[in-house]
Amino acid sequence: MMALSVSGLCKSYGDTPVLRGVSLSVPAGSLTAILGASGAGKTTLLRVIAGFEPAGAGTIELGGLLVDSGRLRGRVPPERRHIGFVPQDGALFPHLTVHGNVAFGLPRSARRGPAVGELLELVGLSLFRDRYPHELSGGQQQRVAIARALAPRPRLVLLDEPFASLDASLRATVRAEVLGALRAVDTTAVLVTHDQDEALSVADYVAVLRDGVITQAGPPREVYSAPADPWTAGFLGTANLLTGTVDARGVRTALGWHELRDAGQLPDAAGEVTVLIRPEQIALHQVRAATPRLTGKVTETRYHGHDALIVVDVAEVGPLQVRALGADPPGPGDEVAIEVGGPVTAWPAEGNV
Amino acid sequence: MVITVVVLLPVVFLLWQAGHAGWGTIWPLIFRSLTWTLLVNTIELGVIVTVCSAVVACGAAWLIERTNLPLRRFWRAVVVLPLAIPDFVIGYTWSSLTPAVHGLFGASLVMTLGLYPLVYLPVAAALRRADSSLYEVARSLGLGRVRALLRTMLPQIRAALFGGCLMVLLGLLAEYGAFEILRFQTFTTEIFTEFNLGINTAAASALSLVLVVLSLLVIGAELALTRSVAARAGRPAGGVRRYRLGWGVLPSLLLLAALVGLGVGVPASTLVYWLTQPQDLVGVTPIPLLGAAGYTLLYSFLAAVVATVAAFPVAYLAVRHPGRLARVLERLGYLVQGLPGLVIALSLIFFAVRLAYPLYQSPALLVVAYSVMFFPMALISLRASLVQLPRRFFDTARSLGCSPASALLRVTIPLAAPGIAASVALVFLSAVTELTATLLLVPNGVQTLATAFWAYQTQVSYATASRYAALIVVIAVVPGIFLSRWLDPSRSSNGGRRR
Repeated sequence: MMALSVSGLCKSYGDTPVLRGVSLSVPAGSLTAILGASGAGKTTLLRVIAGFEPAGAGTIELGGLLVDSGRLRGRVPPERRHIGFVPQDGALFPHLTVHGNVAFGLPRSARRGPAVGELLELVGLSLFRDRYPHELSGGQQQRVAIARALAPRPRLVLLDEPFASLDASLRATVRAEVLGALRAVDTTAVLVTHDQDEALSVADYVAVLRDGVITQAGPPREVYSAPADPWTAGFLGTANLLTGTVDARGVRTALGWHELRDAGQLPDAAGEVTVLIRPEQIALHQVRAATPRLTGKVTETRYHGHDALIVVDVAEVGPLQVRALGADPPGPGDEVAIEVGGPVTAWPAEGNV
Repeated sequence: MVITVVVLLPVVFLLWQAGHAGWGTIWPLIFRSLTWTLLVNTIELGVIVTVCSAVVACGAAWLIERTNLPLRRFWRAVVVLPLAIPDFVIGYTWSSLTPAVHGLFGASLVMTLGLYPLVYLPVAAALRRADSSLYEVARSLGLGRVRALLRTMLPQIRAALFGGCLMVLLGLLAEYGAFEILRFQTFTTEIFTEFNLGINTAAASALSLVLVVLSLLVIGAELALTRSVAARAGRPAGGVRRYRLGWGVLPSLLLLAALVGLGVGVPASTLVYWLTQPQDLVGVTPIPLLGAAGYTLLYSFLAAVVATVAAFPVAYLAVRHPGRLARVLERLGYLVQGLPGLVIALSLIFFAVRLAYPLYQSPALLVVAYSVMFFPMALISLRASLVQLPRRFFDTARSLGCSPASALLRVTIPLAAPGIAASVALVFLSAVTELTATLLLVPNGVQTLATAFWAYQTQVSYATASRYAALIVVIAVVPGIFLSRWLDPSRSSNGGRRR
């Protein structure tokens, strides 16, 4: 069952279109990440789903119930959609205590009940119930915000870049706690983010939003290794894009023959294609006496500690980006041998960006 | 929308009133030598007071906010105290002190002392935010101390300075009591005389028209001058470093002491002197002090509530749904600021006499007049606090199941409480110290503190009058202290509550 179905959703501010026909399905109980660069329309999409902004055209269904069809008639106001909302900085009500914030959305009779205490327990803030928001750290505020959103038992929780304003060192911990709380109550959640690693590592489904259109949606592995187009490939991570030709055996590029991940993706099984090779698909070896077919010269090494991104200049191909594990990556000037492994993704060359 | 229309009614009445007298009678009344004399008086006074206030206020603000002057907190508090003393009380104390204070000189002195805080407050706020690094860059580019100061600091406070000067000019145009006491003839005193003695409404409305046109010209000039100035917000990027006065500390302290002495010391000590003198009632029935205070409190408080309640929807609309309609409504609200209280009172009297006679001389009309006069103040303070409220709070409340009305009640209004309180305090303070409209509109048989003071003052019963004046000042100081605490940046209104 789909907890949320959006179809053909359009929204403009004045003459500027922000969403141009977004279609998205979120299965019940899943965590879906909407990944997009700033200005792609992520926040607008959340605000329209939550009901803060009316849809220009298209439909939004919540659990099979139509809540907005681009017309005033039948549009369900935000307070009757039962959608929890966690804004970027938490937006805790500064005039209420932690308890007051979490109890805000409960009916008057339930505010003194056990529900608030249970939620505070869940996010590990039972000791802070009488504090005011300005007495909490950024991470604690986010946890209160998620508890507040979960209190009225929403059908769906929307999170608008909830971890973006946290320090990098804190982000991973708070993220784990918040997502743990979401899983514990078994809610459907939609998380908006511009952080590729965040989207790929925590979500069950990733939807890539570009200029008001969803370019691709699917499980993280599928989106990362088989992106819908070259732009999506580059947006999700480092990408080497090469030209190649397709025939019955597979794809041929300057780096050799490659197996195609999904041959059905190409409408015509022949002709010019653009080929994606991820940096971790390429292995580097020392040049031995028995000279392999392919060698290149290292021009740059970006050392990250846990791995390194190495730029290798290969004749007839140009610079290739390669991810190398290990304590001692090759440095600039070194000659290296190159080996490509695993199936690749390819698109017709016309689709080039 | 309805509220804005009601607020603008005085203009309509004024034009109607003039039309009623017939343009044939009005034109000769406008173009006569008296108008010319009044115009010259007003312009002379306007130039002198504005320039003096600007110089005094900028100097004081710079010394207090940007130098290492000792006792900064003390100066900050006392330098704005003249705001709590009505100008007519300042005029009365000076005039009862020495008859030398009268005419253009007296009016300039008294009005400068009474009005300079209106320039000081915005300029001090701007200086507090002004960026020191600009001054340092100017020095490093080869400018001397004074030139660097003028060329980097002046542009940063320009909008605040013009805004303050606008308030001074509007205050001058609207002032009546002080000029009457100091025997200085301006439009307001003349309109009052024409209306009160001759009941010559045609002449009164003719002069009112000129006065309104003058006020609107001032507002228009201010808009034209400040349009190009970009407002700087937030903390200065380059930090604030204070100028070290060195040997200049002593003269600076003396200058500030002289300013406070003239503006606060003289009126306060004179009031105290008169309070200790025996009562000098000569054949008049005494007006009960507490009764008058009760009426003042009642009317002022009602006006504060009415103006705040009326301004809230306009401010809310302007902040939340900024569209053309909201902008026009808001601008029109501010336009009222250019209408002297005297004109508003006269037009309301005209309205009551012609259309709603039961309202004439009723308390309701006085409260309405106060509310209309001080509507812009309520609008400004409400707007300022609503603008600081992110929309997210309202949206989040909606997503937690609140209807728009209940989100407003449970989130927006509690969070805007400081602004609402400031609005109430500001209107209350202004109404307590109001004299002109009160004199015209006060119900029959009722005396407020201001009208009682005025009655005794005109009979030269200085000692008796002083009791009413002193009580006005005492009542006005309470919301004044609250307001200055609210405006004090060191304990910013609700910024401390938010991260």
